[in-house]
Amino acid sequence: MAARITASVYTSHVPAIGAALDLGKSQEPYWQPLFRGYDFSRQWLQDNRPDVIFLVYNDHATAFSLEMIPTFAIGCAASFAPADEGWGPRPVPTVQGHPELASHIAQSVIQQDFDLTIVNKMDVDHGLTVPLSLMCGQPSAWPCPVIPFAVNVVQYPVPSGRRCFQLGQAIARAVRSFDTDLKVQIWGTGGMSHQLQGARAGLINAEFDQRFLDRLITEPAGLAEMPHIDYVREAGSEGIELVMWLIARGAMSDVGDPPHAAPPVVRHRFYHVPASNTAVGHLILENA
Amino acid sequence: MALYKPYLDIPGTTIFDAEQSRLGYHLNQFCMSLMKADNRTRFKANERAYLDEWPMTEEQKQAVLARDLNRCIAAGGNIYFLAKIGATDGRSFQYMAASMTGMSQEAYAQMMLAGGRAIDGNRYTGENT
Repeated sequence: MAARITASVYTSHVPAIGAALDLGKSQEPYWQPLFRGYDFSRQWLQDNRPDVIFLVYNDHATAFSLEMIPTFAIGCAASFAPADEGWGPRPVPTVQGHPELASHIAQSVIQQDFDLTIVNKMDVDHGLTVPLSLMCGQPSAWPCPVIPFAVNVVQYPVPSGRRCFQLGQAIARAVRSFDTDLKVQIWGTGGMSHQLQGARAGLINAEFDQRFLDRLITEPAGLAEMPHIDYVREAGSEGIELVMWLIARGAMSDVGDPPHAAPPVVRHRFYHVPASNTAVGHLILENA
Repeated sequence: MALYKPYLDIPGTTIFDAEQSRLGYHLNQFCMSLMKADNRTRFKANERAYLDEWPMTEEQKQAVLARDLNRCIAAGGNIYFLAKIGATDGRSFQYMAASMTGMSQEAYAQMMLAGGRAIDGNRYTGENT
């Protein structure tokens, strides 16, 4: 029996959400509606616990400064420590990796023409730990090993939506060729609309975000053709993080090969404004 | 042939592209150095002396000393790096964001609670004039 992707999860990864949880503020009126939107998700993850999570996120000038800027970096280490982002590491468990599956995916995906950077030592910042917190709460250990997959969305040009979608398809092929019975979830994180810089800071475009969620579910290949400029103009300069969601969506079986007719099942959908400066979007899709 | 930059007509927005990254390399790496507690202490003790250890332009140094994030961005700074100056100062990200918009932190926070800055009128430079 081979490994297989069972579901994909999409969520924003706002740092203030991690701080709210770490400081015990999740029941405050400002934060309560946001965390309530993940009540279903925490239960769902307990009921559908994967063996491995492949977590697509971006580093925010933490592990990668301007010294090195890999477009796609796969974490192959045995463990990854929560990073000190300037005010001490988040009080969350160390992330255990899955070196066997990670290095298998690295080899397979590179052979499919995607030139990944292999990372054997790396701390992980809020981009990776906040989605885990939203989906798992505050456990003493994360529920399963996690393979961090960092995408450059800081220095322009970031990879195109099309490239991300095709990469997701390649990752799904790589997972299927791993000869161990493993249930793998792929998570795409970041977004939704937000801009953190300049006079336009605070931009939110709920109409764009809802349309993005609609199209991600029903016509992801078409959505993947959307050019960078549409993300930046419509969803803010940091809204470009949404390209990472297309990696997770590209790994679902309805867009894989051989073509699988059934579209994924939408288990959960949630949208909330604001979390600090950002619109929060969240989806859970299960392979049919 | 010039690089393709379709994003120059977005109001109040500087895309951190290869050119900005080149201009801002030392400014951003200075910010990166503030991830270490010892460096934060030395910076706070004598900001000018600490900045002078970096091959930054005088404009970049003045922009940092003035905590003018828009000036820092124009000089090649990237917000994820610049945020480390704010963290060193004990400022929230929302404080930093508000400071770039000309709004008070309270007014900015209120705007976010009301659904954020609207997209209409904010797509193209000059569309409101």
